[in-house]
Amino acid sequence: MTEDDGPTEPSGALEPDWEPVIGLEVHVQLATASKAFSPSATTFGEPPNTLTDPVVLGLPGALPTFNRAALELALKLGVATESKIRARSRFARKHYFYPDLPKGYQISQYDEPLCEDGRLAILVGNQVKSIKLQRIHLEEDAGKNLHVGAVSHVDLNRAGVPLVEVVSAPELGSAEEAAEFMRALHRLVRWLDISEADMEKGQMRCDANVSVRRRGEDRLGTRAELKNINSFRFVHNAVEHEIARQIRILESGGRIVQETRLWDAEAGASQAMRSKETAEDYRYFPDPDLPPLVVDGAIMANILRGLPELPSARFARYLRQHGLSPDDARTMISDRALAEYFEAAVKAHPGERSGRMIANWMLSELLGALHADGKTIADSPIPPERLSELIRMVEDGTISGKIGKDIFEECYKTGEAPRAIVERKGVQQISDEAALWEVVDRVVGANPKQAEAYKAGKDGLFGFFVGAVMRETQGRANPVITSDLLHKRLGR
Amino acid sequence: MSEWLSAGETARRIAAGELTALRAVDAYLRRIANLDRELGAFLALDSEGARHAAQQVDAARAAGAALGPLAGVPVALKDVLVTRGLATTAASKILDGWIPPYDATCVERLRGAGAIVLGKLNCDEFAMGSSTERSAFKKTKNPWDRTRVPGGSSGGSSAAVAAALCAASLGTDTGGSIRQPAAFCGVVGMKPTYGRVSRYGVVAFASSLDQVGPLARTVGDAALVLEVIAGLDPRDATSLDAPVPRYRDALTGEVKALRIGLPHEYFDGAQIDGEVRAALDRTIAALRERGAEMVDIALPHTEHALPAYYVVAPAEASSNLARYDGVRYGKRAEAADLLDLYRRSRGAGFGPEVKRRIMLGTYALRSGYYDAYYKKAQQVRALIKRDFDKAFHHVDAILTPTTPTAAFRFGAKSTPLEMYAGDIFTLACNLAGLPGISVPCGLTGDGLPIGAQLLGRPLDEATLLRAGQVIEAAVGLGDRRPGAIA
Repeated sequence: MTEDDGPTEPSGALEPDWEPVIGLEVHVQLATASKAFSPSATTFGEPPNTLTDPVVLGLPGALPTFNRAALELALKLGVATESKIRARSRFARKHYFYPDLPKGYQISQYDEPLCEDGRLAILVGNQVKSIKLQRIHLEEDAGKNLHVGAVSHVDLNRAGVPLVEVVSAPELGSAEEAAEFMRALHRLVRWLDISEADMEKGQMRCDANVSVRRRGEDRLGTRAELKNINSFRFVHNAVEHEIARQIRILESGGRIVQETRLWDAEAGASQAMRSKETAEDYRYFPDPDLPPLVVDGAIMANILRGLPELPSARFARYLRQHGLSPDDARTMISDRALAEYFEAAVKAHPGERSGRMIANWMLSELLGALHADGKTIADSPIPPERLSELIRMVEDGTISGKIGKDIFEECYKTGEAPRAIVERKGVQQISDEAALWEVVDRVVGANPKQAEAYKAGKDGLFGFFVGAVMRETQGRANPVITSDLLHKRLGR
Repeated sequence: MSEWLSAGETARRIAAGELTALRAVDAYLRRIANLDRELGAFLALDSEGARHAAQQVDAARAAGAALGPLAGVPVALKDVLVTRGLATTAASKILDGWIPPYDATCVERLRGAGAIVLGKLNCDEFAMGSSTERSAFKKTKNPWDRTRVPGGSSGGSSAAVAAALCAASLGTDTGGSIRQPAAFCGVVGMKPTYGRVSRYGVVAFASSLDQVGPLARTVGDAALVLEVIAGLDPRDATSLDAPVPRYRDALTGEVKALRIGLPHEYFDGAQIDGEVRAALDRTIAALRERGAEMVDIALPHTEHALPAYYVVAPAEASSNLARYDGVRYGKRAEAADLLDLYRRSRGAGFGPEVKRRIMLGTYALRSGYYDAYYKKAQQVRALIKRDFDKAFHHVDAILTPTTPTAAFRFGAKSTPLEMYAGDIFTLACNLAGLPGISVPCGLTGDGLPIGAQLLGRPLDEATLLRAGQVIEAAVGLGDRRPGAIA
């Protein structure tokens, strides 16, 4: 997915009298190889209608059989969000007519969903805020309609792909928080390998329920549902736009109509699709083709065993244990591979301050270099242990910070061990006072005019002497000791 | 050859080299050509495919290859069973012209056992009906009296077997659709335990009730065919993971000490025709004479079976039939826009009984009414099942008439409710998911067959076949054959 957007700036444009209340319904594609109820593959970008079978096509007589791989992924998310897991949940049929829905119903879950009462940790500034999840349920995706002029085509490659729908409680208080919720969920599902959650491929999509009420009011206002939101920025923009629209209507004495609105990202506006009066009756009932979905202790034990430290916990720990800034910690947990790199580097170079040093090197030098090459952390030519080795040499004075950057570049290019490069090049820092005194003495002796001028108060010349010592030593002189000795030699 | 040979005997002769599969197939094809114009059992014939398959069986035998238990036996299939490359319509205009790309599991298993599919058999549209009069394509006549219906919905399957247009057939039974036509046509029809036979490739009517089963001229043939089609199918999540016994081995001819329940709700007060009642009494006497113990039992929730069925079945049907929208297969009407496409395709494609049930089911499932209808009906189902569970503590099988009357005349059931009421003895079996069999137990004075129904414990088809064979031997039709279709 595109790294379009970091944390969104608060707009501050909202009316202080009004409080927005937002709930999100997010669909996340589960990263299974085959479809939810049939053997066809879930590959993206194949020629239309090539990933089909009698079940996907809804042919007469075809029957669904549930792909247990989807269950495991959904359970991981359920456990990671501290949801209550139903030991016995059910698939239900949700009926509506549309050409991209081959059976005339979608297999989903209704009154007996897999997960309920969970929570998702989102990051607001440097705080971790817990948002209640009403439910997480399993369902199948529909296909796609493509309209070419007056002709409509249907592509069923996506039909039957397994999804979870994650439904938040109406607890998000701003467009920023809504976008943060999406980010947190995106991070979590990628972290746990539940989904690639590539929004450009439609693997994560969001509907937002938005209402506003006067501050201090207990009752929720009438809500509008925004459909078709498929990026973090769009969530922010769509929700913000909707909040403003509702406030404008209410302030001018109008009334909000409960309706579904379609977000048009290009126009930056939403359009009414259908009102509650014309809402469809989905005629849910338990799917008689599928027995109840039973989750036993063995499956749960397996899921719990495989669950790593979650990104929100790691965020808090990076602040506490390593003293990272919230921004750096957030970047570090934005990608599991990045965080694991950090963990490995810290492990190779433990120490109170090493976490921050490693973070600085990773986020500026390493990510900068990788980014310039269009690579990710997984492709890093410098393994974490080597980066630690380099940082340790800078920290213990073996090389200067400046030389360290040169060694980094060399190491990045050749993959050679930093210590080997330093030794081969002979660029170890000179910290031996006697050796440096000799150089300082020589440099000052060779420039008597400048020495006089400095003594007479021309402070700017100190840098001239430092530079001269560095030239003499090919940059290897320890700058602290050099400065110390120069002061002594020049007498001020 | 004689087309009246049993399926088992046909297979034996082919395996022994006394008969070729091609001769058997040609004999049936000739008989179909001669008689089916009048009978109307077949919707589609696959003469070429059948002859080709027969030649393959003969070649395999000549090469000394092992032959399946139905090798060379000509069979035919109710047209709700999906057949690769052979039109499957469910007797509905909405599927007219659809050629499936796959075989139903039961069809695959029949072919795997060497059976030869002659063609597809008429039925009520989407198996909704009890007379086959609801077929969108043709009328099927009862071979015993051409003014009467063959029963339904598997009327083509029962008529074709009764008239020896095939050695055996498959039907489906959602509320009696195998057993009732078997009774009307004087053949054996078995509805197995729910989940015993895969529903994969069965055009769905009511998913929680539908079950595939054999229709045959003898109990032995029904056992043979069931053995072939039964068993776990990973493609049907509701199919049962239980071993399939050799049902033919269960046919011992013995019913000594077998306890057979007679539910008074099925015999008292119900409007059973006098001749049917008399035939059942003779059946009871014959069983008792052979050592069976007849036990009076109660199934107190029986009266609720019909209303519960007519909520559950239409509700599921309304959902299952949503896929017929004119978009991907079958009939698509010319239309101005999408909604118009749905309206016109479904409006022209479905017949009145199907529309009635879609409307009933849509009503029952609408938001806010689920608890009052579908859920309530499911609770009634649980009670009916409990009645049976209790009864099976005391008895090994339950005996009832299959139908209150023998076959009725075309057009005799003028209202849907009259038609539905004829199914009172067969519905509960589906609601409870139990196995049931109908075995001929005599003829009326007018020469119409009467069926005795046996119901059994889940997965205990063997006991029903065993007792059924005793009934067949004692009070069955013997050599009497339908005279209306020569």
